[in-house]
Amino acid sequence: MRADVPHGLRRVGRYSLLALVSAVVLFPIWAVLMQAFKSGPDALNHPESLLPTNLTLDTVRAAWTEGELGRALFNSVVVAVVVTICVMLVSLLSAFAFSFLQFPGKGVVFVAFVATMLVPAEVTVVVNRRTVESWGWLNSYQGLIIPSLASTFGMLLLRQMFLQLPKELREAASLDGVGNMRFLWEVAAPLSRPTLGALGLFTFLGTWNAYLWPSQIIKDRDHRTIQIALEGLSGAQINRFNLVTGGLVIASLPIFAMLVVFQRQLVRGLTAGAVKG
Amino acid sequence: MKRRLRDVPGAVAMLLPSMLLLAVWTVYPLVKAFINGTKSCDSTGTRCTDVGWQQYSNVWSSREFQDALAVSLKLALMTVPTGLILGVGLAVLADKHLRGIGFFRTVFSSTVATSVAVASLVWVVLLQPEIGVLSDLFSGWIPSLKNPGLLRDPGTALPAVALSSVWANLGFTFIVVTAGLQSIPRDLYESAYVDGASSWRRFTNVTLPMLTPSLLFIVVVLTTRALQAYGEIALLTQGGPNPEKSTTTIPYLIYGENSLIRNNLGLKSAAAVLLFLVSLVFAVVQYRGFEKRVQYAR
Repeated sequence: MRADVPHGLRRVGRYSLLALVSAVVLFPIWAVLMQAFKSGPDALNHPESLLPTNLTLDTVRAAWTEGELGRALFNSVVVAVVVTICVMLVSLLSAFAFSFLQFPGKGVVFVAFVATMLVPAEVTVVVNRRTVESWGWLNSYQGLIIPSLASTFGMLLLRQMFLQLPKELREAASLDGVGNMRFLWEVAAPLSRPTLGALGLFTFLGTWNAYLWPSQIIKDRDHRTIQIALEGLSGAQINRFNLVTGGLVIASLPIFAMLVVFQRQLVRGLTAGAVKG
Repeated sequence: MKRRLRDVPGAVAMLLPSMLLLAVWTVYPLVKAFINGTKSCDSTGTRCTDVGWQQYSNVWSSREFQDALAVSLKLALMTVPTGLILGVGLAVLADKHLRGIGFFRTVFSSTVATSVAVASLVWVVLLQPEIGVLSDLFSGWIPSLKNPGLLRDPGTALPAVALSSVWANLGFTFIVVTAGLQSIPRDLYESAYVDGASSWRRFTNVTLPMLTPSLLFIVVVLTTRALQAYGEIALLTQGGPNPEKSTTTIPYLIYGENSLIRNNLGLKSAAAVLLFLVSLVFAVVQYRGFEKRVQYAR
């Protein structure tokens, strides 16, 4: 008999507990959804009603136009996609150098790379904002994108993957006269597809969700990301207060869809730091 | 020797992009922040005079910094143990072979993709004193939900922020602990079971020790997130309620819209460097403290 398969009464108890805890965890999301699908006056007069009656898309539509969320979503997609692709490329290159190439000072350079992970963004933003300002990059895509590319996480993740590839693979390729770039592009990268997927998803989410950096360098409506646009909606007066719930729905939908599709990659990326010794 | 040098041009070319990026956006700003911390600048930040390293000790011992440090540490104390216990609890609860368990796992991990802005605004909506859902439902038990509102009461503002971040981090802790649980070899449980260990004994003597790498990872990440809390403060409380500044964390002191030192590059940089050092000390202490107890499953 397996110890982890409950039976009978214990099984009922376990299901009830699971259901109860799920209700608590989901309550905030449910409450916001119910507010978002009520009409404006309904949300003001009956905030406590949590049952899906008299549903309407008015609030979501109003949030979309007043918050210019279409524009904001577009900006977020552009920034997150470009950052994701660039981080994957840059990480592939450096991970390859650290795993397959021999050069003097490799150990020192590697430690220096890893050490940069200890520096939190909260420390570098003061100076980075000034750099971006002096280059005329405030309120621009390049201001949002380029500084977000500096990260070591991807290199570490891919290096771990590369080091697990059999050595004979590289040797055989060398004998056939396959150069570094071709080996990386045609052998190492395709073999690391799951890790690359996790890195990509992780980078995309991180960039999409970023708040501190965009809030410091974006002031105009043309370049603000969805996160910053949401903040604008929450500043409305009390009788327009429910608009933010519509905005929350619009901002979260694409991400929840992604989470459902890419659950496995997400778990892989999140646990990379934990399970492995 | 020749082989070693043959790779050098290729290595340089491949490392160049990341080295440039890290140099410009991580190393330079860190070094520059250390230097700026010794300067006193006008509000534009262009004309600076040297005031020396003692500015760091001045900032450290200033009331504003000490208050913000206390808020940041309190936030960590409120969020890290709670987040850890809830994460382990949820993961253990869902670690059973039951029909439909996948559904519950998805629910428990659902907050992982919420950004700090989305999570914070969800709680702004729930806790809004006039029309917030929670305020409306529970004001009978907790009157301050309505008047003045949890986020506007100096005593409850920080716990309310903590509530929001615990909820937002729940998905992350759940996923990490679940992965940790699944990497524990089943035969360990089976032998404990055969030896007649109760389920509580199996939890304390098998599960918890085997989970320590995941737990360490969670403690470090949650502590870092608490010490770096900015977005949740900007969106939930703007550092207030004032004049107590009950939720002004160190990052909010540095970057907040209505922060006193907002236009003072020298003080901002000094505070940022001190934040870096505090986070560093925490990470080192946590790794050291756990190291002896960590068991890597292998």
